[in-house]
Amino acid sequence: MSAPEVTRPRGLVERALEANTWLVFAFFYAPIVLLVILSFNDNRVVGTWTGASLRWYREMVGNRAVIGSLQNSLIVASISTIVATVLGTATALALERFRFRGRGVFDGLVYLPVIIPDVTMAVMMLLFFARAAALMHSSIGVSFGLGIPTIALSHVAFNISFVAIVVRARLGGLDPALEEAAADLYAGRWQVFRHVTLPLIMPGVLGGALLALTLSLDDVVITSFVSGPGSTTLPVYVFGLVRRGVTPLVNAVSTVMLLASMLLVLFSLLAQRRAQ
Amino acid sequence: MAQLTVPPEAETLPATAELERAAERAASRRGLLLSLPGFAYLFLFFALPLVIVFVYSFATRSSTGRTILGDWNLRSYARLLDPFVLQIAWRSFSVAAVATVICLVVGYPFAYYIATRRPAVRYTLLVLVMIPFWSNFLVRTYAWRVLLGSGGPVSRLTELLGLGQTRLLFTSTAVMIGLVYGFLPFMVLPLYASIERVDFDLVEAARDLYASGWQAFRRVTWPLTRPGVIAGSILVFIPSFGAYVTPEILGGSRTTMLGSFIVRQFLSARDWPFGSSLSFVVMTVMLVAALIYFRTGGKTL
Amino acid sequence: MSSLPVASTDPARAPSTASADSAPAVELVGVVKRFDEVTAVDAIDLRIADGEFFSLLGPSGCGKTTTLRMIAGLEFPTAGSVRIHGEEMALRPPNKRPVNTVFQSYALFPHMTVAQNVGFGLQMQSVARSEADARVRDALELVRLTGMEGRRPKQLSGGQQQRVALARALVNHPQVLLLDEPLGALDLKLRKAMQVELKELQRRVGITFVYVTHDQEEALTMSDRIGVMDAGRLLQIGTPEEIYEQPCTRMVADFIGETNFLPITVVAAGRARLPDGSEIHAAVHDPADEERTLTVRPEKMSLAPAGDPAGAANDVPGRIHRRVYLGNALSYEVDIGPLRVHVRHENAPGAPQFSEGDAVSVRWDPAAAAVLDK
Repeated sequence: MSAPEVTRPRGLVERALEANTWLVFAFFYAPIVLLVILSFNDNRVVGTWTGASLRWYREMVGNRAVIGSLQNSLIVASISTIVATVLGTATALALERFRFRGRGVFDGLVYLPVIIPDVTMAVMMLLFFARAAALMHSSIGVSFGLGIPTIALSHVAFNISFVAIVVRARLGGLDPALEEAAADLYAGRWQVFRHVTLPLIMPGVLGGALLALTLSLDDVVITSFVSGPGSTTLPVYVFGLVRRGVTPLVNAVSTVMLLASMLLVLFSLLAQRRAQ
Repeated sequence: MAQLTVPPEAETLPATAELERAAERAASRRGLLLSLPGFAYLFLFFALPLVIVFVYSFATRSSTGRTILGDWNLRSYARLLDPFVLQIAWRSFSVAAVATVICLVVGYPFAYYIATRRPAVRYTLLVLVMIPFWSNFLVRTYAWRVLLGSGGPVSRLTELLGLGQTRLLFTSTAVMIGLVYGFLPFMVLPLYASIERVDFDLVEAARDLYASGWQAFRRVTWPLTRPGVIAGSILVFIPSFGAYVTPEILGGSRTTMLGSFIVRQFLSARDWPFGSSLSFVVMTVMLVAALIYFRTGGKTL
Repeated sequence: MSSLPVASTDPARAPSTASADSAPAVELVGVVKRFDEVTAVDAIDLRIADGEFFSLLGPSGCGKTTTLRMIAGLEFPTAGSVRIHGEEMALRPPNKRPVNTVFQSYALFPHMTVAQNVGFGLQMQSVARSEADARVRDALELVRLTGMEGRRPKQLSGGQQQRVALARALVNHPQVLLLDEPLGALDLKLRKAMQVELKELQRRVGITFVYVTHDQEEALTMSDRIGVMDAGRLLQIGTPEEIYEQPCTRMVADFIGETNFLPITVVAAGRARLPDGSEIHAAVHDPADEERTLTVRPEKMSLAPAGDPAGAANDVPGRIHRRVYLGNALSYEVDIGPLRVHVRHENAPGAPQFSEGDAVSVRWDPAAAAVLDK
């Protein structure tokens, strides 16, 4: 509820709060806006402006490494999002609706990937794949290297938890009487799930999927540890470029990535509004 | 009124307690089955890797940088107490702590302002916060690299103001700015949720009892929003402490933090046991912080 | 109007057992429900006749809702048997029972329209589309919601939602309809209107209603018979008149309406003594000197000025302690020795008026009082 008139801060305090708010918003958006503007700078040197042009965008489109890593990003993101959403939703349903032995342990395990720093996770996955490769080589003579599969497997590992948490929150808010009413109206277990539970948790499932997609597309550390040559994703590639310095090409790529993610957010927010 | 039915023999009455137990067992089995895929996956691709890291932390590094899984020792843990390492740890801690405090100081009034607007305005402001928040993290951090570089806009600005060229990049300050920029929404959102839930009738009651605006805030609003403060602080501190991307992009060789240090063990220094022990310890610190968060009542992430 | 049948002509409702005509619509035999250490329902025996409007009445936590849920199949009884028209329900989950429930929170599916909500049970039973549509239309007409098919629950008022819940249950022609405090969320005026509507509906449709409520006035107005429950036990079953006029336990007398409790000592068969020594007629058959409690309702007692020629069979002296003006009635607190009783007079023209401190004769007909164990 909105604060009533008497308790809204008066005069000077209100002005100060307002000013602070504008400053924070400026802080949020200025870097982004500047970056976008600079990506159109015709000049190589960041500090000098010599007119607007699209040359860096043209260069980006023609750059095989950029396009290749973008493809990899999309492949990994779609696979990991789908798998994580399915597994995460099943996990949320199991934990929220059922009681079974080992539930407590599983519950704790699901929260861990969220808390762990990505550096640790990156290390974990690297060591795991190193050992797994050694094991498979020595036991059945099959060898595999780091690549898209290992990236996807790693992304799913942390995304399951995020999806599970979001779906669980949604499940928890569901009125249990609804499922009872469905059963009372002759629906079998699977029918209750299909006609009542699933549609009602769908916003949560989609929200979880969106989160998984974003996290997968954003990931740098874990991916860089478990990717091999030729299987870089876009953020890892950009990260590599950035470490070598600021270039207009990176500006252009960054702007595109930025706009894409912002569009994704806007789209999902609008979809949410519509659903309500 | 209907006739009484003849009561059946006792043996034909169903043992309903048995039926209930059987139904519960069946439901339990279904739940187990449903949880199996997720559990199996997490076991294989999370729990097992975690154990492997733990095991590696006791291994030995050969002279060529390979890992010998034998000759178990605690050397990697002993190195944690190296002054050099402790310095890095301390730096990570203090940078994360300062970033958290800045986020709190800047974020609280910000969240307060939003929470006290009309609902329609509130929604718009929140959307404006969410948009950069969900945008690509790497790119947002990179933007600061562009801004803070010599010859970059910030430097130009300070030149204009007669403060000379700033060389902010590659300093701890730059890292801190990057962390605040990246994680401020993590502070703002829980704070907002917590402030929004405050029953402002209580503040009004305090004013009615002769409290000034500041006193009403200190004695009523602030304590009531403490859960949000704690939640936000932990949500900023945890990723800041283990940050990698931000220090790598904005920091320099003299501002090494734990994240970069760990990565270095695997890429250049090739000391996997040491890298493992470091990762394990960093994770433990995070777990403790997270436990504190959950203990103080935070239920949502 | 109605494809909704009256009573026994619907083939879907023909009970399958041989003793069909004598099988009660609902029968509970020795039903117990325990949750861990707590006994929510303690050995209930109950028979509800076909076409009856039966209410389970009691305070919160008395087990009435749990009992209802066991009939619906949403809870397993810990012991005992639940039968619908003679058929044992123990092995049947809720979706296989010929009963439907109207939930307290209505439980309307928010993501479906009114028509989809009402037609849900039919869809689950694979009823042909054309027949289902017709039945949905008729059900909505029955609850006076024609035209609302395309709306969503959140666009409806509380009263409308309640009626959708009703239609959703009735459209399936259940053998028994279970209602869990369906009017609780409505405001007073709407509640009273709905009480009348529900009663009418039940009469028209002829389905057995099992109605759970904590509102005794509601139960009295609507029911053919009432079962009063407290702490998991069924205390008394009877028609509203029986329950009101002849309560068999203290709790039942106290819970329904207002009443006076007078401790009495038996003198002889048919006679007892009040604490102040006055002798009265009462329906006691116990040995002398046994202690009992007499309960008599305020409106069954009357006052006359002290010294008036004798009226009803019981006449004891008392003094007015307080007079309360209620508009349509006058309520007097009268002291009879150490006892204080409430007496209610209708505010009719010509009724005697008394003031505080007046000496009066308190009178009542022994048949209007009930004797309870202490």
